[in-house]
Amino acid sequence: MSISEQTNIQPLTDDAQGMSYLNRLPRRIVVLYLPLAVFLFVLLFPFYWMAITAIKPNSQLTDYNHYSPFWVVAPTLDHIKYLLFETSYPGWLWNTLVVSTCATVLSLAASVFAAYAIERVRFTGSRSVGLMIFLAYLVPPSILFIPLAVIVFKFGIYDTKLALIFTYPTFLIPFCTWLLMGYFRSIPFELEESALVDGASRWQILIRVILPLAVPGLISAGIFAFTLSWNEFIYALTFIQSSENKTVPVGVLTELVRGDVFEWGSLMAGALFGSLPVVILYSFFVDYYVSSMTGAVKE
Amino acid sequence: MTMTQTARRESAFGTFARSNTAIGALFMLPAAAFLLCFLTYPLGLGVWLGFTDAKIGRDGIFIGLENYQALARDSVFWMAVSNTVLYTFVASILKFIFGLWLALILNEHLPFKSFFRAVILLPWVVPTVLSALAFWWIYDAQFSIISWSLIRLGWIDTPINFLGDPNNARASVIAANVWRGIPFVAISLLAGLQTIPQSLHEAASLDGATSWQRFRFITLPMLTPIIAVVMTFSVLFTFTDFQLIYVLTKGGPVNATHLMATLSFQRGIPGGQLGEGAAIAVAMIPFLLASILFSFFGLQRRKWQQGGQD
Repeated sequence: MSISEQTNIQPLTDDAQGMSYLNRLPRRIVVLYLPLAVFLFVLLFPFYWMAITAIKPNSQLTDYNHYSPFWVVAPTLDHIKYLLFETSYPGWLWNTLVVSTCATVLSLAASVFAAYAIERVRFTGSRSVGLMIFLAYLVPPSILFIPLAVIVFKFGIYDTKLALIFTYPTFLIPFCTWLLMGYFRSIPFELEESALVDGASRWQILIRVILPLAVPGLISAGIFAFTLSWNEFIYALTFIQSSENKTVPVGVLTELVRGDVFEWGSLMAGALFGSLPVVILYSFFVDYYVSSMTGAVKE
Repeated sequence: MTMTQTARRESAFGTFARSNTAIGALFMLPAAAFLLCFLTYPLGLGVWLGFTDAKIGRDGIFIGLENYQALARDSVFWMAVSNTVLYTFVASILKFIFGLWLALILNEHLPFKSFFRAVILLPWVVPTVLSALAFWWIYDAQFSIISWSLIRLGWIDTPINFLGDPNNARASVIAANVWRGIPFVAISLLAGLQTIPQSLHEAASLDGATSWQRFRFITLPMLTPIIAVVMTFSVLFTFTDFQLIYVLTKGGPVNATHLMATLSFQRGIPGGQLGEGAAIAVAMIPFLLASILFSFFGLQRRKWQQGGQD
């Protein structure tokens, strides 16, 4: 393949292929495809294992001598049925959805104003406020959950969804603000200036000019924030006591794991169904997700 | 007289209201209220709680450094500290090596590249607790698929006791953490790799540089600023990790795998000793600052050495 390419006269462009045509196929297999295959196998195997366990009948689950553990002979939906109809799992899914949506919307709204103020209004001290927002993003939940538990208790919202809706923004707002600051920076000043000359107020500029242009940024921040709140664990574990208010990660771990008898089938089904919403969301917005992840790092 | 005064005061207020400071403050209000109430205040409260003997349901009284003195004599605490340092150090290095490797692979010209990139991020996207449950099942003492495969291959005779033996357990949780962290490092570094112009590599290879030299003298220096930031984040997330340990070992066997975050939870919430739990959490802060400063400035310095800005 490479000989014909080399003898052809190459146009003088910096094509994305770069110098990879210099590598022969056997070398590419050893250097690229083999490691990539190993990476893919290792990174994806737990998901396969989760899925295959979720549909395995109990008899095959622990009998490795008669059945190959990598495959399932007579798949069953018993574990999933049990999960959906005999546990509070659907309620946990609903709670997680409500909490994540509310926290995301709340954080996005607060972040839009904050990011616009820091990036475009340029009030006195806006730079140091921007830096403080970044530092706030670096404060990890694992050093905040004990004092937050005390505060949540004093506010009387302990063991309610409100406790989570109000505490999740502590890590969502810094992240979203930081991300949106980057987006607002890329919108040309001239648009804003001409709107100002036409007599628009700051509010009108934000709503009519900036926000429509920042939609991709809003989607990125929203998707990422939603995933972060869906995955949150330590606050949900600490602030929620009663089964009907639990989120999926907490519910699966604290209610489905009972004593020494592990219902691996339904446990894995629970893990699978709890991951599915974020994975589906992610698969529709891969590029937004990646841009928000790398965007937060690159700034 | 009075009318002109009020008029003047109003106009003064009017200019202030129209000034950027007022508008900025107004726009900042929602975010600032949230962060002050649920971030800054708890941070201060946490430090205060560390100096009290607060328990669940009872406000503590100030006891000075007693919590910290107790922790200094507590072998479990020191075990947690050394575990956390080991966990962070080993996991971060492995994540960096594998992440960079994967990023370099994905930066090549591959068929279905965007598909691979999307699929590889999955471990990072799904909730940690749920993927940790899958690892719990993979690490099962009796029915571990890894043990079964290795026995089938004839490499070992008895199932590996993944989570029952302290050292095995440490290695197992590090492996699970690395599994989850590789995608983040790889995709972030890939974004950095894509900004390096191909023409630099072409020029270097015309000058006779080997592929190792091209990596060492072009890719690595150009990537250093991003590596610094990515690794700072990675170290930070690893150091404060809670979920993996809580699911896989709950700190066991016999407190051998506690991290500072899980020990803080253990003592603070189920144990009810809020003061002591808060003290452990506060004890994380110096380590956290040190690791941030180390990974940030340690790598950042190379940036200006090579003529980058700042």
